[in-house]
Amino acid sequence: MMNNSNLSKDRFLKMVDKASPNSHIFTNCLKAFVVGGLICVFGQLLSVWYLSLTGDKDMAGTLTSVSIILIAALITGIGKFDNLAKFAGAGAVVPISGFANSVAAPAVEFKKEGFIFGVGAKMFVIAGPVLVYGLAASVLTGIIYYFAKL
Amino acid sequence: MLKKTGAQTVLMREPVSIISAAAITGPQEGQGPLSRYFDRSTEDMQLGCKSWEQAESRYVEDCIKLAIQKSGLLDTEIDCILAGDLLNQSIGTTFGVRELNRPFMGLFGACSTFGLAMALGAMLVDGGFYQHVVASASSHFCAAEKQFRFPMEFGSQRPPTSTWTVTGNGAVVLSREAKGRFPRVTAYTAGKIVDLGVNDASNMGAAMAPSAADTLIAHFKDTGRAPEYYDLIITGDLGHVGGELAVSIVREQGYCLKNYSDCGIEIFNRETQDTHAGGSGCACSAVTFSGYLYNCLTEKRMNKILFMPTGALLSTTSSQQGETIPGICHAIAIENEVDS
Repeated sequence: MMNNSNLSKDRFLKMVDKASPNSHIFTNCLKAFVVGGLICVFGQLLSVWYLSLTGDKDMAGTLTSVSIILIAALITGIGKFDNLAKFAGAGAVVPISGFANSVAAPAVEFKKEGFIFGVGAKMFVIAGPVLVYGLAASVLTGIIYYFAKL
Repeated sequence: MLKKTGAQTVLMREPVSIISAAAITGPQEGQGPLSRYFDRSTEDMQLGCKSWEQAESRYVEDCIKLAIQKSGLLDTEIDCILAGDLLNQSIGTTFGVRELNRPFMGLFGACSTFGLAMALGAMLVDGGFYQHVVASASSHFCAAEKQFRFPMEFGSQRPPTSTWTVTGNGAVVLSREAKGRFPRVTAYTAGKIVDLGVNDASNMGAAMAPSAADTLIAHFKDTGRAPEYYDLIITGDLGHVGGELAVSIVREQGYCLKNYSDCGIEIFNRETQDTHAGGSGCACSAVTFSGYLYNCLTEKRMNKILFMPTGALLSTTSSQQGETIPGICHAIAIENEVDS
């Protein structure tokens, strides 16, 4: 059935593609590279420092992750992480800081719905899929690794 | 005698006057180009409430009360309130109207709700059912983000085609017994749902553009009017991308729009306010009309406006299920009585 404008879907979708501006991929990549790189440099410095304190490489790595998660969650709590991510995009989201933000942000937002159905139920609404498929992938890789080694 | 003319349009026979209008907005709109036309722009979006949803209801209640107060009527003289918003089960509206103690009809037309409320209100008044009706609509940036996109503090980037949900409420009082001369609702072209296959929820202007064009063409055909009849033809929240598309579609049908704009384009400064493709939400057209356009009409800077709020009839469920986005647009002709 035709609408009043006699316009077909195919032709309209081509018009939409033409009229819709694209993201600035180059500048976005550059910002992500710089900010993401700085976060990683900061993590490396922390790691070196923790290693000098504990002398244990695994412990230093764990403490570094925990520290960045803590800092990212705090920045989310004071309402500044979204500004950082808006500027840096993947640079802020891909490191573990993004994972922390994706858990802390819904926890803050859904607190009004209570601690059970709000915070508890909605906390992993964004991170949940990452956990499910991340864990599934690691289990699958483990099984393949086990048989490959036999 | 039937008041319907053509396929989709009704003409009001009685003078349905818009005797008052009120617009209360959030801070972002208060920093925009239309700020001086709003009755009030709040400093923050929470208004001391516990949640974004409660804050939206506060905008609704305060704005409807203000519109009634500006009309000079008593609360008890309002026969009915027609209103709606974007939140699930329209809680922004219902909790805002809860204390007003007036008959209420809740409406949903997504971002076209204000047009729907004005049009149905005008028909109820014209039909002689009611004397004084309030038409109102609201939206809230944070409440909408929370429901449709991500939590406020979640770090994400908005694509350039995305629009910014306007925070606030716009309300008008429609009346059959105007003391003095006011702008009048003279015609209404009811929109059809049009879906030309856009499924990108970050490009709702494009999704709604065909419906706006469809309603506009229907309006011209039904009334025999040309675009030049109006001082301004203004859509609700197509923004920069959708506005351009709607103009192109209508041009292909032989109508050249020289006097076209969009509330989503007018309400924000694209360069300085980082609002990407423009404003959206029920409040976008509601506050732009109740603030800016109503002022243009009463000050006689414009005498004939075709006001066309647009709506994207999607939900998070339909989006996740891969459905495309159906659009709708209602056109309302508002005119000053011209001295003969």
